[in-house]
Amino acid sequence: MATYPSTANSRALPPGGRARSFLRRGQVGEDVAYLVTLVAAATIFLITSLIFYELFVQSAVSRQKFGFHFLFTQTWDPIAGNFGALPFIYGTVVTAALSLLIAIPQGLGSAIFLAELAPRRVSDSLTFLIELLAAVPSVIYGLLGIFILVPFLQARVVPVLKAVFGFLPIFQGVFYGVSYFSAGVVLSVMIMPFIVSVSREVLLAVPKDQREASLALGGSRWQTTWHVVVPYALKGIMGSIFLALARALGETMAVTMVIGNTPQIKASLLAPGYSIAAVIANEFTEAVGSLYISSLIELGLVLFVVTFIINGLARLMIMAASRGGAHS
Amino acid sequence: MDPSSGDLAKAVDARTPLPGNHSPADTPGGIGSDQMKVQTMKLKASNVNFFYGGFHALHEINLQFSANKITALIGPSGCGKSTFLRSLNRLHETIRGARLEGTIVLDNENILAMNASALRRRVGMVFQRPNPFPKSIFDNIAYGPEINGMGNHQHVAELVEQSLIRAALWEEVKDKLHQSAYGLSGGQQQRLCIARALAVNPEVLLLDEPCSALDPIGTAKIEELLFTLKDQCTIVIVTHNMQQAARVADYTGFFLMGKLIEFDDTKKIYTTPGKKETEDYITGRFG
Repeated sequence: MATYPSTANSRALPPGGRARSFLRRGQVGEDVAYLVTLVAAATIFLITSLIFYELFVQSAVSRQKFGFHFLFTQTWDPIAGNFGALPFIYGTVVTAALSLLIAIPQGLGSAIFLAELAPRRVSDSLTFLIELLAAVPSVIYGLLGIFILVPFLQARVVPVLKAVFGFLPIFQGVFYGVSYFSAGVVLSVMIMPFIVSVSREVLLAVPKDQREASLALGGSRWQTTWHVVVPYALKGIMGSIFLALARALGETMAVTMVIGNTPQIKASLLAPGYSIAAVIANEFTEAVGSLYISSLIELGLVLFVVTFIINGLARLMIMAASRGGAHS
Repeated sequence: MDPSSGDLAKAVDARTPLPGNHSPADTPGGIGSDQMKVQTMKLKASNVNFFYGGFHALHEINLQFSANKITALIGPSGCGKSTFLRSLNRLHETIRGARLEGTIVLDNENILAMNASALRRRVGMVFQRPNPFPKSIFDNIAYGPEINGMGNHQHVAELVEQSLIRAALWEEVKDKLHQSAYGLSGGQQQRLCIARALAVNPEVLLLDEPCSALDPIGTAKIEELLFTLKDQCTIVIVTHNMQQAARVADYTGFFLMGKLIEFDDTKKIYTTPGKKETEDYITGRFG
């Protein structure tokens, strides 16, 4: 959209047929560039729309049979042809929430350290390492999760949690290793880099005069960071958290490997569960019959819509944050 | 004035460039002015040298600031006047590689040995561009008292009102204390920043070109405000605007290339400067 007015202007430049040949060539170049970029942009939009369209159309059988009950039904019985999304929605939400609960304090803490306290060189090299974490393939997280993390949680962490918080329903029952809890912990490691690197950038972008205003009033470094810099950057930090959440909701491989793949709803985090992405990945090859396939696709639709909304919110927040920054 | 001006120029010549070395009794207060009485020196800088890494930004600055007076620091861009101002509350410490040598004394206390936060509470600062926090007007002012633990909510609310009154902003904002400070005009924002600095009751107020981002009306209001504030604190103002220095300051120091060229009674600096460089600058031959 933004390129259109300038193209209109340049089109008006050569008056009538008296345009010089080099001007005409320039004009052709303008048009070609305009078209190429337009097509590129339109393709992205088209792909997104087609994904949504296909998910919608392909899930027709399931949508017609179950309607909105699909979202609130607990049964997942391929033999009887009874499909409900609730256990998967529950598993997705619980693991994503748990991962945020762990990753937000850790990610924000390290972003503050890297942006405000660490010397620049240390900060840059540590940030590079943290961003590398985001590039590790998720199957590797899953592998390490099942062979290293789960035994560790079983031997060291869960006994402590049960001893201290055992009275809470979320820490009751037998811990077999694979569970919401394990999935949440693995996810938290995977999403933490997003929070750290985006939040660090946002904190570094806080104008120097905000820090100086606080220091000049007798504020200590920490008071300045906590009462001035972090609130100033808060919208951008929220944006980074939303991006991390979108990743956590959609993560498939690592979650499948540690969540236990059991379509049930349990209050205890130590129980095995299932997530939307995991069930799609696991059952697609075995799905027979249009209703089964259609139900899986509808699960995909649900995940798409949820992720779409969350990404949209993240964009809005980051836009609001940068506008707030330009304002001062 | 005329017959004595030659003598004055000589007297100034003899005094500069190290006026700071003189005892309070014979510091600024030109002949013919009514400031002959002894001044209390609030802040004294002796042999101050300043470095940004390898760059020698200030050379052997000796300067004293009289209590309850306005002192202006003038000079062309990059002459070191802002650097010097920032060293007075040690705000230069936020810049990596910045190093200060020499001594700066606030009421007989070496500021370099003080706790930085405690120093900055006593020596407040207002910046070039208005820099309110993205908070409400009330919260902007309350921030200083709150982080310094200056009493309960009741007391903080009183401080906010007092500070806004002192900064001549109360009448304009008293009905919208809980609205965002960004809704104010540039001039009002700058007076808000002054009120914010006043809220912690500083003894010295440093202003770094406080009017450079303001229109003439906003500038006039700030200048008027400075006159009323000097009863309560010692004011040091850095300015590009020579008319401004002439209008508001009791004393003026002229900086050039990291050196204090001349320091004297404002009236003298503007009528009979003792140094060629000062005269050239004031008459607009450079800078």
